[in-house]
Amino acid sequence: MMHFLLLFSRQGKLRLQKWFLPLPERERKKIVKDMTTMVLSRKPRTCNFLHWKDLKIVYKRYASLYFCCALENKDNELLALEILHRYVELLDKYFGNVCELDIIFNFEKAYFILDEFLMGGEIQETSKQSIAKSVEASDMLQETMEEYMSKPAF
Amino acid sequence: MALKIVKGSIDRMFDKNLQDLVRGIRNHKEDEAKYISTCIDEIKQELKQDNIAVKANAVCKLTYLQMLGYDVSWAAFNIVEVMSSSKFTYKRIGYLAASQCFHEGTDVIMLTTNQIRKDLSSPHQYDTGVALTGLSCFVTPDLARDLANDIMTLMSHTKPYIRKKAVLIMYKVFLKYPESLRPAFPRLKEKLEDPDPGVQSAAVNVICELARRNPKNYLSLAPLFFKLMTSSTNNWVLIKIIKLFGALTPLEPRLGKKLIEPLTNLIHSTSAMSLLYECVNTVIAVLISLSSGMPNHSASIQLCVQKLRILIEDSDQNLKYLGLLAMSKILKTHPKSVQSHKDLILQCLDDKDESIRLRALDLLYGMVSKKNLMEIVKKLMLHVDKAEGTTYRDELLTKIIDICSQSNYQYITNFEWYISILVELTRLEGTRHGHLIASQMLDVAIRVKAIRGFAVAQMATLLDNAHLLTGNTQRNGICEVLYAAAWICGEFSEHLEDPMQTLEAMLRPKVATLPGHIQAVYVQNAAKLFATVLRKHEGETDSHAAQETSQLLIDRLPLFVQSANLEVQERASCILQLVKYIQKLQQKKVEVAEEVTALFAGELNPVAPKAQKKVPVPEGLDLDAWINKPPSESESEDEKPKAVFAKEEPKHSRSRHTEVDEKELARRREARKREQANNPFYIKASPSSQKVYDAPGVEHIPVVQIDLSVPLKVPGMPMSDQYLKLEEERRQKEKAERKKEKKKKREKRGKERKADSGPESEEDIAPAHQVDIVTEEMPENALPSDDDDKDPNDPHKALDIDLDKPLADSEKLPVRTHRPEVLKSPAEDRVNESIPQETKKRSGKEKKEKKKGKEKDRKRSKEEKKKKKHKEVEEELLESHPEEAVQSEETKEAATPPTSTSAEASELDFWLCSAPVPPAAQEETAPSSAAAVDTSSAAAPESEPDEPKDAEPEDTKSSKHKKKKQKKEKEEKEKKKKKRHHHHHHHSNAGGEDSVQNGTVEEEEPLPPMSNYFLLAENSYIKMMKEDADQVYDIQGNHQDESKVVVSVIFENKSDSFLKSMEFNVLDSLNSKLQRPEGAGAHDSLTVPFQLPPGISNEAHFVFSVQSIVMPQKLKGTLTFIVKSDESSTHEKLDFKLHFTCTSYLITTPCYL
Repeated sequence: MMHFLLLFSRQGKLRLQKWFLPLPERERKKIVKDMTTMVLSRKPRTCNFLHWKDLKIVYKRYASLYFCCALENKDNELLALEILHRYVELLDKYFGNVCELDIIFNFEKAYFILDEFLMGGEIQETSKQSIAKSVEASDMLQETMEEYMSKPAF
Repeated sequence: MALKIVKGSIDRMFDKNLQDLVRGIRNHKEDEAKYISTCIDEIKQELKQDNIAVKANAVCKLTYLQMLGYDVSWAAFNIVEVMSSSKFTYKRIGYLAASQCFHEGTDVIMLTTNQIRKDLSSPHQYDTGVALTGLSCFVTPDLARDLANDIMTLMSHTKPYIRKKAVLIMYKVFLKYPESLRPAFPRLKEKLEDPDPGVQSAAVNVICELARRNPKNYLSLAPLFFKLMTSSTNNWVLIKIIKLFGALTPLEPRLGKKLIEPLTNLIHSTSAMSLLYECVNTVIAVLISLSSGMPNHSASIQLCVQKLRILIEDSDQNLKYLGLLAMSKILKTHPKSVQSHKDLILQCLDDKDESIRLRALDLLYGMVSKKNLMEIVKKLMLHVDKAEGTTYRDELLTKIIDICSQSNYQYITNFEWYISILVELTRLEGTRHGHLIASQMLDVAIRVKAIRGFAVAQMATLLDNAHLLTGNTQRNGICEVLYAAAWICGEFSEHLEDPMQTLEAMLRPKVATLPGHIQAVYVQNAAKLFATVLRKHEGETDSHAAQETSQLLIDRLPLFVQSANLEVQERASCILQLVKYIQKLQQKKVEVAEEVTALFAGELNPVAPKAQKKVPVPEGLDLDAWINKPPSESESEDEKPKAVFAKEEPKHSRSRHTEVDEKELARRREARKREQANNPFYIKASPSSQKVYDAPGVEHIPVVQIDLSVPLKVPGMPMSDQYLKLEEERRQKEKAERKKEKKKKREKRGKERKADSGPESEEDIAPAHQVDIVTEEMPENALPSDDDDKDPNDPHKALDIDLDKPLADSEKLPVRTHRPEVLKSPAEDRVNESIPQETKKRSGKEKKEKKKGKEKDRKRSKEEKKKKKHKEVEEELLESHPEEAVQSEETKEAATPPTSTSAEASELDFWLCSAPVPPAAQEETAPSSAAAVDTSSAAAPESEPDEPKDAEPEDTKSSKHKKKKQKKEKEEKEKKKKKRHHHHHHHSNAGGEDSVQNGTVEEEEPLPPMSNYFLLAENSYIKMMKEDADQVYDIQGNHQDESKVVVSVIFENKSDSFLKSMEFNVLDSLNSKLQRPEGAGAHDSLTVPFQLPPGISNEAHFVFSVQSIVMPQKLKGTLTFIVKSDESSTHEKLDFKLHFTCTSYLITTPCYL
């Protein structure tokens, strides 16, 4: 089971955080700090796995963003890399050539996509098509509501 | 209405939305905090408005701020407000905010229960979906309890989108509310065969997670998963299933055998690295579980190692890393197959990536042999020189020491080489591990006697050049080495060439800058050296040299007397006075050397670090007992003196005990001597002890003594290399000699043994020195105990629930009714829940009643069976440990009632057993592989539904039923009786059969002529047999509590004498403890409640409490008894080992659909 997924920039700024276990705020902050310092201090072209406490940390850098997740001891690291990659693919498909700014300005969308892909630290849906479909469908629902609300009534 | 909308949109025009906020933050980089605090003020204003759109916008912004690290817990209630909006747009934002901000401590969570329930049953699938997603992040035990039933219903929703989410969230619900697992499990199991692949994979995920924590409860699902594995093409799912099998195989070796083939096929065929890696890992797990005597699996090992080699050789650092990681797992069980890839591992040491180097180092640890140790360490030493970071260098240093010192210096053939390696390591600057090197030096010098001369010379050099070590800083960790050096030089000073010079080195003024504890050792050992010098010069006509030494000490010691360190000061002033006195005597020409040496006489032996802990508490000593009368606190303690008085009585009998004990002691001493004689590492009294090699053809190899005239005086030069060369030369020489001899032999024997002339094997390398490695001393009778422990707070422990037991009514998930009804008093609620759960939760009152009933029953049966003598004895047992007896009976109840047990068990057995049969194996390889399995596993559920019904009434309480039960009990007893008869008949073949199915033999009336008892231990007097099928039973309803295991042991008197006073004792481990009557100490033995006339056997039960059943256990125990014949009575002892395998904890129970 994945414990958390973090996205942060090269400067160590958090861009997205998903906690699959409910942790107190203090602890979360500490973990984020640990992760950013650990991962950012890795040299390029080193392997993407780290040991941290009793968890395995798997991270990967895509453009200016680091994707970093924590696995339990018996989980498959390569599978986690696949998950990160799949998430990037999904973001890419949704935003169209995704960049860091897309995630900053539409951070709630990034969460919605993630929620369709992973749930409770497990893979929920492995098919890209059905994830895209359900994200789109919920967006449609939302868009219509927003249009309705922002339509000038005078 | 229209006006309101207008007002809302006007408000919105002035609001900042999320994009504005983000932009604003980016534009205010220099005063971000200030900007955000104004934003938060705005947000607070927005939250006060009625318009839900404005609120939602505010909450959305808060979610962003929360990520930046700002506290937003004050808005928790507003988040709930937005969550409960009827519009999806806002609901979505509300749930997102909740999932990001809520945690267990958030108090408004309890307000959300009804809202979430409403959303779960919403007609719009996305409403439900959003609620499930949010809930998965912040589910609390209360929410889990209240919503479990709703979510369970959703698992059968028409839309797969909802089904898969419901299935996944169930795992979180199980964790928070373990009681929901059993009622929900059948439905979860159904989802494994859901038509929608997403739902199927979700179910696989959840069950795999559950099964990895408590594999034994899911063993019965193996056929189903096997089918999925062979039919699925989805790699994501396959990986999970294969991982699950990795968790199951240790419990059921037959499963492993069945898996090997499909897994190796996958390894050959797949192109996905993640799947390949998972397969290799599971194959390794299988091979580990099969490690004993499966020669035909060497092909699988080879395959794994080959594939891993490919991974390691890959340019992808990740694959390299994982390959090394997996390799280290193989190394533990099949070191030989990994060792052949030494070149590759050594290559990885040069990798740029530190993580990879560290993994490679781990592997090296297991790859060294006598032959390659020097070479590997040489390579590591090169790395030490090159290493840039201190952390990596320190890691290397510890690894070098680990590698060399592993298993009692097993691989070191030349200790001079090792000492020089240690000395070279002292040249590392700024290492933290000075103490590690020091303790190695001490250990080697003390335990390897032959090396002392050399070690002392080296240490003297070190002391002489101490300034090189302490050069830079005070805090330099390496100066710890001087501690060892000083002690070795002092303690073994007779080996010193020039003690005077060393003494001088130890008393230099610079020494005063060393840490206090090192100075103290310096001072003390200076005195030892002084004694040596005196003795050396004794008898010389010119006493000048000796007097000079005294003068040196008297000159230099005052420096230490002034030390701020108490220890140094005290020792220095003592020794100073002593030397002054000696000097006076010297001036009077009195011979003092003898007496001074006597001060330091005697040899120190190494003591094992755990020795103190392992001292067994002597018989009759109760450490918990009061020595004096405890201070009486109140009048109610008045009875205490009585108790003390009563305890006095056994004392008399104890004094009688001691007589016996002396014999016993003598016997033990004998045994110990024998043991020591067989221990090659034990140093014997005679100096002629040598390592004896039993290997044929080795004894005639002469041990070549090498004249070591290597100049050792230059401290700055590495010299371990020279040893490497010397060692090679030596081995060449030996080889040559051996060849000569072999030639001779071959001439005689012809070409008979051609195969033998391969590369030299391990044993062929004789150590350069005659080495005695003195073992660390341990107290007599110390028994090794495994110190493994498990985390008691593991949330998954609560999920260790037997899923195959039929479901009781009470266990059904709480369904929503009117509030007041559900929420009666919580205590009552719990009672209601627990009553019908029968075997699991029982209110104390009922338990008592039951006990009474049972006791009555027992009495009645007692009367009936009084004729049988040994039966009566057993009743005594029951009475003497009433609680245990009840427990064991309950255990049986739990194991016996459902008749389908055996059916289910045999189902699995059948499936597993079919593997080795050739036709079945062939079918597996065929494309329609799953077919055979399919039919067998499909047959099971069909035949089942009516069977659990038989068991169902067991759970509904009625007085009628109680009677039935009593009857049943009686029947059981009769069965037991029969069973025992069987044992009597079949002692002879006991031990041969290891039946894995528990209990089945017991239930089926037409018993096959075999016993599931096997031999525990025997001697000429008595034979002990243990029943293989231990029965586990969770006595407490609370799953956090430990479980109990009942072990039945048959004692058979094989002698012509009467056996009595049998006492059974087991040395508890952390995991398994023998249940002793209250008040007994942890080491007291249990009296076996019967005596054995010649030729008679009887059975006794012992209850063990077990913390974890996923750990196999080996418990050592002893049975003491008195053999009484006509003329004499002797005290005898029999040692045995109780082996609890994981499978022996299993009870097979039906799978409930």
